[in-house]
Amino acid sequence: MATQTMAPPPTTQTSLKTQLRRAERRRKLNAFLLVAPLALFLLVIFVFPIGSMLWRSVDNSELSQALPQTAQLLSAWDGQQPPSEAFYASLAQELKSALANGNIGSLGRRLTYEDPTLRTLVTQTIRKLPDTPETTWQQTFSTLNPRWAELSTWQALKKAAPTTTDRYLLASLDLERNAQGEITAVAPEKQVYIDVFLRTLAIAGAVTLICLIMGFPLAYLLATLPTGTSNLLMIFVLLPFWTSLLVRTAAWIVLLQSGGMVNTSLMGLGFISQPLELVFNRVGVLIAMVHILLPFMVLPLYSVMKGISPHYQRAAISLGAHPFKAFWQVYAPQTLAGVGAGTILVFIMALGYYITPALLGGPSDQMVSYYVAYYTNTTNNWGMAAALGSLLLIITLVLYMLYQRLVNQQTPNRR
Amino acid sequence: MQSHPADPLVRFTGVQKTYDGEHLVVRDLNLSIGRGEFVTLLGPSGSGKTTCLMMLAGFEVPTQGDIYLGTQRLNTLPPYQRNIGMVFQNYALFPHMTVEENLLYPLKTRKMPKDQAKAKVERILDMIQLTKYAKRRPQQLSGGQQQRVALARALVFEPQLVLMDEPLGALDKQLREHMQMEIRHLHEQLGLTVVFVTHDQDEALTMSNRVAVFNDGVIQQIDSPQNLYEYPANAFVAQFIGENNTLPAKVISRDQTIYRLEFGQNQVSGAYNADTLATQEAVLFSIRPERVRIGKMAQTLPNQFSTVVQELVYLGDHVRLRCEFAGNTNFNIKVPVSELTTPIQPQDHIMMGWHDQDARALKQLPQ
Repeated sequence: MATQTMAPPPTTQTSLKTQLRRAERRRKLNAFLLVAPLALFLLVIFVFPIGSMLWRSVDNSELSQALPQTAQLLSAWDGQQPPSEAFYASLAQELKSALANGNIGSLGRRLTYEDPTLRTLVTQTIRKLPDTPETTWQQTFSTLNPRWAELSTWQALKKAAPTTTDRYLLASLDLERNAQGEITAVAPEKQVYIDVFLRTLAIAGAVTLICLIMGFPLAYLLATLPTGTSNLLMIFVLLPFWTSLLVRTAAWIVLLQSGGMVNTSLMGLGFISQPLELVFNRVGVLIAMVHILLPFMVLPLYSVMKGISPHYQRAAISLGAHPFKAFWQVYAPQTLAGVGAGTILVFIMALGYYITPALLGGPSDQMVSYYVAYYTNTTNNWGMAAALGSLLLIITLVLYMLYQRLVNQQTPNRR
Repeated sequence: MQSHPADPLVRFTGVQKTYDGEHLVVRDLNLSIGRGEFVTLLGPSGSGKTTCLMMLAGFEVPTQGDIYLGTQRLNTLPPYQRNIGMVFQNYALFPHMTVEENLLYPLKTRKMPKDQAKAKVERILDMIQLTKYAKRRPQQLSGGQQQRVALARALVFEPQLVLMDEPLGALDKQLREHMQMEIRHLHEQLGLTVVFVTHDQDEALTMSNRVAVFNDGVIQQIDSPQNLYEYPANAFVAQFIGENNTLPAKVISRDQTIYRLEFGQNQVSGAYNADTLATQEAVLFSIRPERVRIGKMAQTLPNQFSTVVQELVYLGDHVRLRCEFAGNTNFNIKVPVSELTTPIQPQDHIMMGWHDQDARALKQLPQ
């Protein structure tokens, strides 16, 4: 009996394998079905928009969509020979159809980036363009506006002709292509974005550092206090989440302005005679951002510290280490995972801050997000908005990868 | 009794400790521990044994009294200057350091030259047979290996005293018994002075030179394992160490160290006590289950009684009978299987008996 059940005949064995596979397949299907809604959700609201944003930063389809035939001719053209009659004929035909299709608006906007006067030239030309040429189209165009006979007009059109471009990404790094197609720095007075990126990194870095300095002792206190007291304090830590970001930011203006509570109190107590400038500058931005982001530092630190037994420090002390040394040599290294998580969380969130610097900062405190918003809302320049956003995303990803590498080095062979 | 060794290393004199200012966790503790002694503090949780250990280690401060290590008064000496090795309940091996770095740590804090420290660590790794695990991290070791590293870390800087706070609690039974013997051998080989805290009486009996039984913040008895078991000082010790059948009784008469006690319905038995008990004093009659003989073996004994078997449990080397006797429905008898000649069923009436010297007349616990 026993030996029979232990060694089943080979036929049973294969069917056993099939059974196992079938059971596994069902489990895999179940697992897939369980994550399917979330996967779909992420695809629709995360992967797809980010993908389309990344694409928009190099997208250059305005001209090729409005004037497909002309775009082909321009691409094949060397940019030196005067354009032939075919160019003018194709342009005349396609301008009319573009007008009918409603593509002129986006074409005009795109041409402005090459030369602000091109838009007027195009719109004026369309209005006066006859159905048939008098002699040649070339002649007709040149009569309508002598600029059509100039090589530079067509060179500008040629620049806008390819379906993709690196002009937005280059512009985000204060670079451009010159007439020869080489990458050069833009004129010094036009350089802004490198500064903006550096400023964004500096503000995010400063906020992260202040959060760490203030959050570490707080998290340590929370993790070492008796449960009842620490739960009460934890509610205070989470209190900022109960009001909206906008309300909190506005509240800081009220508190920090020159006639605000902080200044009047300090002056009333005789600490200062002049009100401090605490708002509409970097100080205000830092105060408000630290206030908002502090919980994101405290929570990961707290959860890591909660798991560290107080025995470790005691053990170190019993082995002859001064309590201060025991803290730094034994306790602090064990909190590194929490420090890393909190730091990266706060830093990445701070990189994308928009409302707080916009309301509490001065003109020189605006971060990348402000310019993204400016290009999307005010000038409709989606290419620039997407390019700035993409660069911010790349910076974030690089920093995250560095962090991962650091964490992996810290814990090389953990099981 | 050897409650005051000739060459004490550790002395508690009149030590008291309270955490809330109302209840004393440790009251009037006087304890001397000799050089090279293995003393176990045994007691139920909350009896004050761990507090004593923590005061010795320096993590708690006595509210009254003094603690001496050799000639040095410890009360105001911070724990990191006491030079006392300690093994913690969960080992407290530093998870971000390798085994080797863990062992080097106490030597580094003592600023020992590097090559000297390395040699010391190598020697102790060899002693605990974990040389090839030197570069591993503690969480990659088994429970027993971690335990050995923790022990080695507490010994590597050659402290004059080693404290162990229930160090074997997390191990399974077999490994625990193995480690008990290993620690016992280390103690003998290295001539260590060890203060060991546990709530496991078997552990205490296996390892110690002397055991201090704690209850309610007071040492109930401090003695060798054998004396503790054979001559418990009071009812608590008798109950806590090993098993015991107790009956409320009354002293009738005395013949030197043997008292005659009356219990139940005018039943009388002899019982030993070295101290003086007053006639008519209410005491506890106590006898260990293995000291009760039954059937033929009982026939020659001075104290013989009839009883009814309630339950019978076979335990391999012995059979355990639960009987009803003199109002105690939980009167247990251990009978070696070899002595069980006639089969016994529940509800059987049997004869049982014991020697006067095997029974104890114990003072009642103050209520």
